[in-house]
Amino acid sequence: MAAAFSIRGPHLQCHTCHLVVATPSVPDERLRCPRCRASIHRRKPNSLSRTWALLLAAIICYIPANLYPIMEVTTLGRTQADTILSGVIYLYVHGTWPLAVIVFIASVVVPILKILTLASLAFSVERSSQWRPRDRARLYRIVETVGRWSMVDVYVVTILVALVHLGSLASVDARLGAVFFGTVVVLTILAAESFDPRLIWDRLEGEPGASVVQNGDERDGE
Amino acid sequence: MSRLIFGDKAAFVIVPDLKLIGDGILQLVGCHDCDAVVEEPNVPDGGAAICSRCGSTLFRRQRRTVEFTLALVSAAAILFVVANVYPFLSFQMQGQVTHTTLGSGTFSLWEQGQHAVALLVALTTIVAPALQIGLLLFVLGPIHLQFSVPGAVTAFRWVEYSRPWSMIEVFLIGILVAVVKLSDMANIIPGLALGAFGLLIPVLAGASSFLDPEVVWRKIGDLK
Repeated sequence: MAAAFSIRGPHLQCHTCHLVVATPSVPDERLRCPRCRASIHRRKPNSLSRTWALLLAAIICYIPANLYPIMEVTTLGRTQADTILSGVIYLYVHGTWPLAVIVFIASVVVPILKILTLASLAFSVERSSQWRPRDRARLYRIVETVGRWSMVDVYVVTILVALVHLGSLASVDARLGAVFFGTVVVLTILAAESFDPRLIWDRLEGEPGASVVQNGDERDGE
Repeated sequence: MSRLIFGDKAAFVIVPDLKLIGDGILQLVGCHDCDAVVEEPNVPDGGAAICSRCGSTLFRRQRRTVEFTLALVSAAAILFVVANVYPFLSFQMQGQVTHTTLGSGTFSLWEQGQHAVALLVALTTIVAPALQIGLLLFVLGPIHLQFSVPGAVTAFRWVEYSRPWSMIEVFLIGILVAVVKLSDMANIIPGLALGAFGLLIPVLAGASSFLDPEVVWRKIGDLK
């Protein structure tokens, strides 16, 4: 069924401007898009290894991001450290619960689900899974758009730090947790960018479509 | 076969043989997500072509994409300047008042030694949105006035690169959360920039939904 929609011809698609070009007989890594001059590959280079590496780094950073406080709030000489989770609880108790839910989803649920989803997508590609490619492709698109919302907590810290600096009366200081948390967000964005959703379709019906460019796959460069 | 949203004309035609036009460029569109390649379908203005294999949007056709996008981006440029120049929040506690602008927020983080976080915040709330707005003006303005500028290709490529890093809509939620957290502690006074922010987000979202990159790429090529 799906085979009907893939044109098995010598073509490449630019990742940046999406121009479809005929494959010239030049090694993959030398190619530049004739229209936008970005480097052009049949597939994103080393897609799976890059995705795994970035995910692993994100998982490692996720632990200190939650254990260390992201900021310290000093009011009238009393200092209180806030982690990501205690910030959510504070909002729930003192603020409004809808906002607490938004922050909980953005800072806790989204990073975890994003890491798990990307890992399972990469795993499914490695296993040459045939399972529901359309839904996996949709999952990838959701993960790609939703990840940015995790930045909320980093912004909250920034705004509080900028507004509250009245010495011993009241001040807010950013702490190590914020650094790790920002790193997690950036790493997961990069991981999503380096995953090539076309690999999901390459693995279908044992048709890699790689007859055109032999080393255009995630295995290239080896 | 692929379907066209808002259009009932013939769907995608699958070409058995690739047609070559000029220097190896094909009159084909490829799906960004699954790499299915089809002959470019005729999509009416306001319609979108959906990939029949993976369901992602191949492209949207907008009537007068350059003019509409240009108008919205010009508005966004003004709003962005206002959002950056004026404070978006003021904090009042026991007679002392502090203001914060976008830049001063980043600067306070930098002063506290949080250089990485400061750079990340500056990139996502100032640099990337400024690049989006500035580069779109630089590319679309000359296209509208029918003359070519050197660097348009590179500039439009960077519009694409900077897109995932512009996060001002997330920043607005951040402001909201910060206000709630501080409301017990002191008086929070919203500034002029907050309104500009609130307007900037729908205006920029509108601009990106009117933008048809394929048309812009072709116009850049035509003008050269």
